[in-house]
Amino acid sequence: MPSTMAASPFRFWTRITLTRLTGRRAADLAELVEHLRTVPASVIFHHTHHFLVQHQHLSPEPPNDLAFWVTNVLQEDQLGERLAAIDTVQFPSLEDLRNRVVGVIDGYLETRRELRTAPPGEEFHFMDAISFVLPTGHQARTLAEFAQQIRQVTHGAISYHLFEARLRVGSDDNDFSRWLERDLGEREVAAGVRKLDPYTYTMEGLRQRLFRLIEMRLQPGGSRP
Amino acid sequence: MTAGLDAYAPFVGRATIEEIRLLGNRLRGRRVQHVNSTAVGGGVAEILNRLVPLLLELGINTRWDVIRGGDEFYAVTKSIHNALHGQPVTLSDHDIAVYRETTEQNLRNLALSDDIVFIHDPQPAGLVAARTPGSRWIWRCHIDLSAPVASVWEFLRPTVERYDAAVFSAPQFSRVLPIDQVLIAPSIDPLADKNRELDARTVESIVTRLGLDPGRPLVTQVSRFDRLKDPLGVIEAFRLVKKYNDCQLLLVGGSATDDPEGQAVLAECRDRAADDRDIHVVELPPTANVEINALQRASTVVLQKSLREGFGLTVAEALWKAKPVIAGAVGGIPLQITHKYSGVLTHTIEGTAYWIKQLLNAPDFARRLGENGREHVRHNFLLTRHLRDYLLLFLYLGHLGESVIQLDGERP
Repeated sequence: MPSTMAASPFRFWTRITLTRLTGRRAADLAELVEHLRTVPASVIFHHTHHFLVQHQHLSPEPPNDLAFWVTNVLQEDQLGERLAAIDTVQFPSLEDLRNRVVGVIDGYLETRRELRTAPPGEEFHFMDAISFVLPTGHQARTLAEFAQQIRQVTHGAISYHLFEARLRVGSDDNDFSRWLERDLGEREVAAGVRKLDPYTYTMEGLRQRLFRLIEMRLQPGGSRP
Repeated sequence: MTAGLDAYAPFVGRATIEEIRLLGNRLRGRRVQHVNSTAVGGGVAEILNRLVPLLLELGINTRWDVIRGGDEFYAVTKSIHNALHGQPVTLSDHDIAVYRETTEQNLRNLALSDDIVFIHDPQPAGLVAARTPGSRWIWRCHIDLSAPVASVWEFLRPTVERYDAAVFSAPQFSRVLPIDQVLIAPSIDPLADKNRELDARTVESIVTRLGLDPGRPLVTQVSRFDRLKDPLGVIEAFRLVKKYNDCQLLLVGGSATDDPEGQAVLAECRDRAADDRDIHVVELPPTANVEINALQRASTVVLQKSLREGFGLTVAEALWKAKPVIAGAVGGIPLQITHKYSGVLTHTIEGTAYWIKQLLNAPDFARRLGENGREHVRHNFLLTRHLRDYLLLFLYLGHLGESVIQLDGERP
């Protein structure tokens, strides 16, 4: 059972968001894509990420607001499916993610002559996330402590270290994998976390998956996640 | 005696409570004043009754004042309320004079000098005239502003623009304004008398006392007697259902001191119900929370057939009790119900009748809707999420315009 003690503990932070209303709205795909080209990147982040936290029990329903609206309000099933299938985890920055979303909608629009319009009251409303980032006071120096904390921290903390750090702060790796590899030498566990597609789990499912990855390593004789 | 913050941990988890305390620590000692127009009845008073003690527990120096006004003032503010909801109402010069005069009287009687002044709804909005340098003012709009009567909104708009931020319950309610606008949905309290667990005996005794048959399916709408809740449409939908299903209808609501129209609507409902012994129209005092709780729990299907809605907290209340809910797709209701997953959204009387029959005849599907609804409420519409959002808003007032706010320390 690994007992390495890291020189620098992993300090769990959390991101808590307040939703800012932008006043921008779209009633059809042309308006949607027009706004998507120009909204701040934090708006892209909000609509591709908050859904995971707000509709935790809905997985595996469409993983983002855009896919949900296109499918359920515009009833453009084919495009909705393509937007849902965008592999968010593969994009190193929000600009890359924005370009991909815009590209998918543009590509679809080229094949469509008429646009469906959302019924009154069901337009797409663009929202922005005001993020508050703060330390939770939870920390871990060993793999066992890390596992224990993973069970206790909020979804906001898990989300911050897995999604936010990578996309909004521009880090090339998630915080968990970086610390596990660099400070504990746990290469395989780090790789296991890196390999997760967090967008296909509910937040609670993601917590359980992370915990199991580490627990397998902690078991006597355990080595591979 | 109200419950402390720790009492919510069994519902939302220990870490969520810790997170709220972390935010609260950064606001300790700040003075916050809430002002609204009624101390009892209606969702705003209900929420403040629960939130204020929790803010105090966190060390935030919070008080709550209620403006005073006569019948004429409340008739005017009811007109404003209806006009903002889009009903064709206009304000006369006399109405405007009554509104301004009552605002002036309240400005003379209220001390409005706290660090943060939090004004709820249009009735006390004019108090912003008293804002002092250094204080921050928030206007909390609980109503649907998506299609207001233009002249009435133009009367109110210059007042709203004097605030630092406006808070809306749903994105479609926001307007084009030069101030920050944030989305904060209201909430229900799982520990309040209206929502806490009740034993079966208590439920049955209340149901029986009100003349309902506990052995037959019960379709219920809980709401104020207000035309915007379409109680007559509910009666019509019920009559379509009753041709095929044996069931009872209950229209039950309290009254609020700032709603003079309620008695007229109640009389219309009784008249429309006529001598149908399966239609029960019941008015309860605003304090009848245990009774409302029991009636929701006893229901087979819960309706909220609103035509316009601020948020529709009765939907969250029923979902928290794992009830299948059929509701109008208006206001904040679509935030609470994902159609055919955590409830049913309808647009017409016929559609409402169709879905009542479906849910009465497919109890397994109805149960799944209710269970999903309860989980959705747990994550998004309980009091602790509401408290957390208010704390974030108070913190944001010190960082207006910023998108990422680091509260302290160095990020990893």
